[in-house]
Amino acid sequence: MTDRSRLRIVVLRVVVVSILMTLFGRLAYLQVAEGATYRRDAAQNRIRDVITPASRGQILDDKGRALVTNRTALVVSVTRSILQTQKHHGAQELAALAKIVGIPVADISRQITPCVYKDPKGKKVAPIPGCWNGSPYQPVPIASYASDKPAEVSRVLAISEHQEDFPGVKAEYQAVREYPNGSLAAHVLGYLGPLNDTDLTQSKYKNLAPGTQIGRTGVEDVYDDRLRGTDGVQKLLVDKDSTVKGTVGATDPKAGDNLVLSIDAGVQKVAEKALADGIAQARHTTDRNRGSHYAAPGGAAIVVEVNTGRVVAMASNPTYDPTAFVGGISSAAYASLSDAPGHPLISNAVQGLYAPGSTFKIVSTSAAVKAGYPLTPRIYSCPGSFQGKRNFEGESFATLDFRETLIRSCDTVYYKLAFEQWQKDGGRTGVAHPNEWFPKEARIWGFGKKTGIDLPDERSGLITDRAYKLAFWKKNKANYCKGAKRRGNPTYIASLAPGARPNNAYLQQVDSEFCADGYALNGGDAMNFAIGQGDVLITPLQEAMAYSALVNGGILYTPQLAKGFVSADGLTTSTLPPKVAGHVDTSPQEQAVRAYIKDALGGVTHPPGTAKGSFAGFPFDKLTVGGKTGTADVNNKAPTSWFASFAPVDKPKYVTIVMVPEAGTGGTTAAPIARKIWDGIFGLEGQKAQLASTPTSLPVVRNDGTIAPPGTKVVRPVPTVSPSSGPRALGAVPGLEWAEPARRSRIVAGRLG
Amino acid sequence: MSGELHDWATPRVSPVRLRPREITLRERAFDRASPLRSLDWVLLLAVGALVSVGGLLIWSATREHQIALGLAPDAFLKKHVINAFLGLCLGIGAALIDYRSLRAYAPIVYGASCLGLLAVLSPLGSTINGAHSWIVLPAGFQIQPSEFAKLAIVVGMAMLLGEKRDGEDTPRDSDVLQVLGLCAVPMVLIMAQPDFGTTMVFIFVILGVLSVAGAPARWVAGLLLAGVLAGAFVAPHVLKDYQLDRFRVVANPTAKLGGAGYNVHQAIVANGSGGLMGKGLFHGSQTQGRFIPEQQTDFVFTVAGEELGLVGAGGIILALGLVLWRGLRIATLATDPFGRLVAAGVVSWFAFQSFVNIGMTLGIMPVTGLPLPFVSYGGSSMFANLMAIGLLQNVHMRSHEL
Repeated sequence: MTDRSRLRIVVLRVVVVSILMTLFGRLAYLQVAEGATYRRDAAQNRIRDVITPASRGQILDDKGRALVTNRTALVVSVTRSILQTQKHHGAQELAALAKIVGIPVADISRQITPCVYKDPKGKKVAPIPGCWNGSPYQPVPIASYASDKPAEVSRVLAISEHQEDFPGVKAEYQAVREYPNGSLAAHVLGYLGPLNDTDLTQSKYKNLAPGTQIGRTGVEDVYDDRLRGTDGVQKLLVDKDSTVKGTVGATDPKAGDNLVLSIDAGVQKVAEKALADGIAQARHTTDRNRGSHYAAPGGAAIVVEVNTGRVVAMASNPTYDPTAFVGGISSAAYASLSDAPGHPLISNAVQGLYAPGSTFKIVSTSAAVKAGYPLTPRIYSCPGSFQGKRNFEGESFATLDFRETLIRSCDTVYYKLAFEQWQKDGGRTGVAHPNEWFPKEARIWGFGKKTGIDLPDERSGLITDRAYKLAFWKKNKANYCKGAKRRGNPTYIASLAPGARPNNAYLQQVDSEFCADGYALNGGDAMNFAIGQGDVLITPLQEAMAYSALVNGGILYTPQLAKGFVSADGLTTSTLPPKVAGHVDTSPQEQAVRAYIKDALGGVTHPPGTAKGSFAGFPFDKLTVGGKTGTADVNNKAPTSWFASFAPVDKPKYVTIVMVPEAGTGGTTAAPIARKIWDGIFGLEGQKAQLASTPTSLPVVRNDGTIAPPGTKVVRPVPTVSPSSGPRALGAVPGLEWAEPARRSRIVAGRLG
Repeated sequence: MSGELHDWATPRVSPVRLRPREITLRERAFDRASPLRSLDWVLLLAVGALVSVGGLLIWSATREHQIALGLAPDAFLKKHVINAFLGLCLGIGAALIDYRSLRAYAPIVYGASCLGLLAVLSPLGSTINGAHSWIVLPAGFQIQPSEFAKLAIVVGMAMLLGEKRDGEDTPRDSDVLQVLGLCAVPMVLIMAQPDFGTTMVFIFVILGVLSVAGAPARWVAGLLLAGVLAGAFVAPHVLKDYQLDRFRVVANPTAKLGGAGYNVHQAIVANGSGGLMGKGLFHGSQTQGRFIPEQQTDFVFTVAGEELGLVGAGGIILALGLVLWRGLRIATLATDPFGRLVAAGVVSWFAFQSFVNIGMTLGIMPVTGLPLPFVSYGGSSMFANLMAIGLLQNVHMRSHEL
């Protein structure tokens, strides 16, 4: 053998040794260093969690009528991030999917394209219409099929059967919500939406898979965990064809509880219809001050039980049908809902802020008494104007007591009292410890803070006092002072409509005034406050709770929509007791003041009261109604129309609040709506009585799962086998329990990851 | 067995033996010069171990599915054993054949292989598992001629380069060109199937044989460069999309889990999840759940990785190492260039094929349809492999005698 050949064999030997060492090294790396990872992967490969979704609890009204129920639908969803890893970004898969669901490829890609995303070069791409507003890692529902359409369902199930051809695409049965009454009580009920990765950071959504349907707003959101129940998980052993070879363990799904609301569907219907009709009427009524019809962009109507704080009806107009959210809503559809005139997704009852106008005078009267003004003697003159501020429509009366003041809603009486108190408190700049009777009283009655109702995103409103003004000034002073030197406060300018922006010299003037003493409380501010105008903003719900306190002995309840829960099988029930948030002063003299005010308001619906016209011909022999009109002036707009009422006057059961913005006086628009609601509740003036008496117990679940009205007697069968729940192991050795071949079946439905 | 080689027939008398007697068959068999004693037993044991372990792995990989199909659970095992037995017979034939007559057979083997490869491309050929590499015979038999072609070019090259001409030790340029011409025919036919893996085996075998033959370094380097360039520039144009995908998968194993990446990912998971000791034969979840396609053939190593762990799969690598070590030893000890080149060719073949096969199950090589020598299920490859071992033994016995 030549030396060269010998050398070459040595080289070949080195090559062989390197090859073998490479293989062994890589093998050892995979098996030892990375072994744990791959063992986990292998386990996931073999065990598929098949989720049996728990049926979500129904939402019932006080008499057991369904407000929200369920139906099953097959929902097809696409996870864009998985699709993107495919060849040509999954173009082939999309085309196949488009054929199956019958939606053009372009539409599907639009639906799954995130609104905010960056192109491969890292440049932000402008959102396209109809884009997906959630995370790109989340399945986007693109189509849903009712389960009672077998042809469509079997076509779509091809996706599950050939899962390997459809990476990132899922077709699975989901229980979807059904709203038998359409838009009824939509703002109370809310709607469902898929869990996104922002939600996942919240502890209440721990252990939920992304894409799980959760309550997005309304009681669906607040009571999500009770309604949702617990999904069942079946851990199946499968091979690569998803052939089931055994079961490792399973937990049964636990159905969510049914939620019983204090809402009465009948009263709710009446309230919504009365509100809608009243708004429609206002839009045909000419505003004499402007010469055009009232805009009346929406409104709210609330009925609460005065002795529990339970909400019997809560209407907000305009409204929407939550069915739009079932099976996924496109961003375009969502945008058209949220941007529609009047913002139908917003509840005016808890999220709308309005000046209360004269309905606020129950607070002002109570404050005046505390400030030392007696209720009864006729010592209060009601001139046509005070300090340059005119009474409503320039009316004037001789001397009045508070009863007449309230009935006639004389503003100048309150102007004078507020002005005197403002002077006592030190005028514009204030003394060291001002009494501030009026704002203080407003807070006592629950204004300026959230009522704590079981709805999300409630607003707290605004009660302005000297401390608030000082804090606000300190916070914004620098900005205004800068503006005073140069060109006007930019944030203030930006807050004005482009056409309404005054010239710069004026803005500079405003800024320099605010810069100098923006904390000062002007006499006019104090006077406005006393009649519920200016820097006081409330929600209609706060008004409802304050009026309840007026007539129930001073108890401020936390308003509640949920009355209780009934488990799916009906065996367990729980009732939520009324919640007391606090008390308006309960001393005997204060009780007497409230009794006096309540009694006075009983006269508002009769001549010469401000609601006499609206209640003309009302059957007062059957039901006495007391109330207070409110006509809150708004800059450049028609006034907000209020009517806060209660009945029966001697022993009130309910408070009804009606509020319609840009709709004229309280007597013009709001009071007639309230009258119709009272008719509906008690069955007056040809109406059917919707709630002559409040059900005292919760609805009942029959043995077949249907719901019966409260008080129905149901005989429960004696359980023969104790119901099992919780995890149960089906195999002695987890992971190695093999089923007989004959028992194997293909999974075609259910969630196969 | 030709006359001049069998001097083992000559009686040998032990010094302590007092009287001469008839020599028994047993004594003849264990005589120092007997072929049994001149066999490379280490090589044989290593191959036997690989074939046996292969049987177990094939059994484990197919048993569950066979039951599910209502078929005999051990059908693949039985066929593997039969293949091994037939391969053993062919190997014994290759070991005992005369060198000179081997030279005479070489053109026949070469010609038959080329014809077989042509037949594959003709309507006689058929496609199994995406590779158009098979001739289907009656009675359920299939032949994969490319496996025998490997053997043919090893012998063919050894013949061309192993005949000393004019006392020269190293091949001349014309010899190298002859060799390349010889290999070009089957390579083109195999590329046409297309079987990229076997083509790469050819290139590696040519490199191995030429370099051990002492071909000028410029040829070796040039061929190596040509091979790399072909892989880098020509392959993307010649290869089909699915073949290229297999390369892309190695670059990024987590992509496209639904497509070409699926096999690789599942194979890596199977190997990786085996750990040090494995999950036990018949107890690998990846294997028993059939997550790995073609597991009894191309991906048989993953059964070992998962069920036998680092100990078992490492043992297979070790056994292959033994085979290669003995092969190189035979090449070193070979007394004539022909034997040395045959041994070098066989070692290059097994080394490269093992590396590609195991490498692909570990995610470091692209997926090609190359079986793991001795272990994978498959008749043609088993026959060719055992015949190659027979040739190694033939070379070994010949160098032992002299």
